[in-house]
Amino acid sequence: MEALKRSVRSVLFTELLEGLSLTLRYMFKHSVTVNYPYEKGPLSSRFRGEHALRRYPNGEERCIACKLCEAICPALAITIEAEPREDGSRRTTRYDIDMTKCIYCGLCQESCPVDAIVEGPNFEFAAETREELFYNKEKLLENGDRWEAEVAKNIELEAPYR
Amino acid sequence: MDNALWTLYARPALITVGEVLAIIVPLLVAVAYLTYAERKIIALSQLRKGPNVVGPFGLLQPFADGLKLFLKETVIPSGASPVVFVIAPILTFTLALIAWAVIPFAPGAVVANINVGILYLFAVSSLGVYGIIIAGWASNSRYAFLGALRSAAQMVSYEVASGFVLVTVLLCAGSLNLTDIVLAQRHVWFVVPLLPMFVVFYVSGLAETNRVPFDLPEGESELVAGYFVEYSAMTFALFYLGEYANIILISGMASVLFLGGWLPPAPVVPFTWIPGPLWFALKAALLAFGFLWVRTTFPRFRYDQLMRLGWKVFLPLSLGWVFLTAAVLMGTGWLPGHG
Repeated sequence: MEALKRSVRSVLFTELLEGLSLTLRYMFKHSVTVNYPYEKGPLSSRFRGEHALRRYPNGEERCIACKLCEAICPALAITIEAEPREDGSRRTTRYDIDMTKCIYCGLCQESCPVDAIVEGPNFEFAAETREELFYNKEKLLENGDRWEAEVAKNIELEAPYR
Repeated sequence: MDNALWTLYARPALITVGEVLAIIVPLLVAVAYLTYAERKIIALSQLRKGPNVVGPFGLLQPFADGLKLFLKETVIPSGASPVVFVIAPILTFTLALIAWAVIPFAPGAVVANINVGILYLFAVSSLGVYGIIIAGWASNSRYAFLGALRSAAQMVSYEVASGFVLVTVLLCAGSLNLTDIVLAQRHVWFVVPLLPMFVVFYVSGLAETNRVPFDLPEGESELVAGYFVEYSAMTFALFYLGEYANIILISGMASVLFLGGWLPPAPVVPFTWIPGPLWFALKAALLAFGFLWVRTTFPRFRYDQLMRLGWKVFLPLSLGWVFLTAAVLMGTGWLPGHG
């Protein structure tokens, strides 16, 4: 009886027809493609993208040159030099991130005591040359100014878990 | 004198060229859009969008692809024999096109209404193997050669079965002329009495055009691209066009032999409003869709499975059906030509 069933199935191509009907059904389903440059998928508030150096609302830069990020960076991508400013506060004179070395682990932002260095939601910073990916302090602060709204919102959303 | 030259040679030649162009140009457009349809259908069944950037709905994509291939450099490997290497794709493409000479689109609308139409089709589709073998041999590359051998073995195996299928059809029609074969289906399309043979023919068609699930000659996982690994630019494009032209050809053949060619499903009013060539195109398009549908559904056969299906299933089945058809036709006195 089992053998009969099996031979009937193979003669009538039941499995093949099932497969065909499955693909036909899928042809009429809505496609899941995200039309990328025009549409983008949702990003988590924990997303680790391009780095930024933030400022306080009064325009003072947050970074106090504690060099914790430089110390923890597993890829040795961060280089910091610091000396006291005229008003006596400690500030960086140099803050470079080599984006070609960075592995986007997020340890720099975890280690930062003043939420100065953060990884923002931007992931579209591809460049045509290597040199463009050697970020300096000026570039990082500019990123901070540009992404401040998104970064601040992400930090607020993540606050309960920190 | 001049007049005789015109009426006897120049004018018929012009008419023939015109007829050829009238078939080849729409055929090439159909081939271009078959590649588009393939990409769209596979994309849709995988919940993707497919080409949608070049032109509205990506409709200009085939032309962008064609232009790209046209502008690229044709690389001829240093180990290859250049003349034969270039001849192979030309041969493949030409053979895919010349078969259309005998396909009737409507009563009388056929370039060459010869009485051995089926034999001509069969001969041309058998010659298709040569393009592939020549390509594999002339490339002087292991992968191309293995692909060509597989392809040759596969096409030869399945041609035997589809030959017997053609015999059953011509037993029922009583003619080798394709127009007569279509007219013999006035009352009932051959797909009804010969359904298993239609399936055998269609699956053999998949195998002869080296399509999924029988695309071992191109098996990219082991042979890179099979017999055309070494081909680039226009030579590659000609192989590609040839493959898709062959798909349309097999679809056209199947609709002439089994689905009543240009005949409407029933000679009643709503159906007869649609002109014959359109019916033919509709049936061929439906069958060509089947090729793409199968492509997006099934994985590839193993080589021994392929050979088993060809020699141990299709060959006995089609041979048996030839005897059965002959016996039934003789026994019932329905044999065409015997009243």
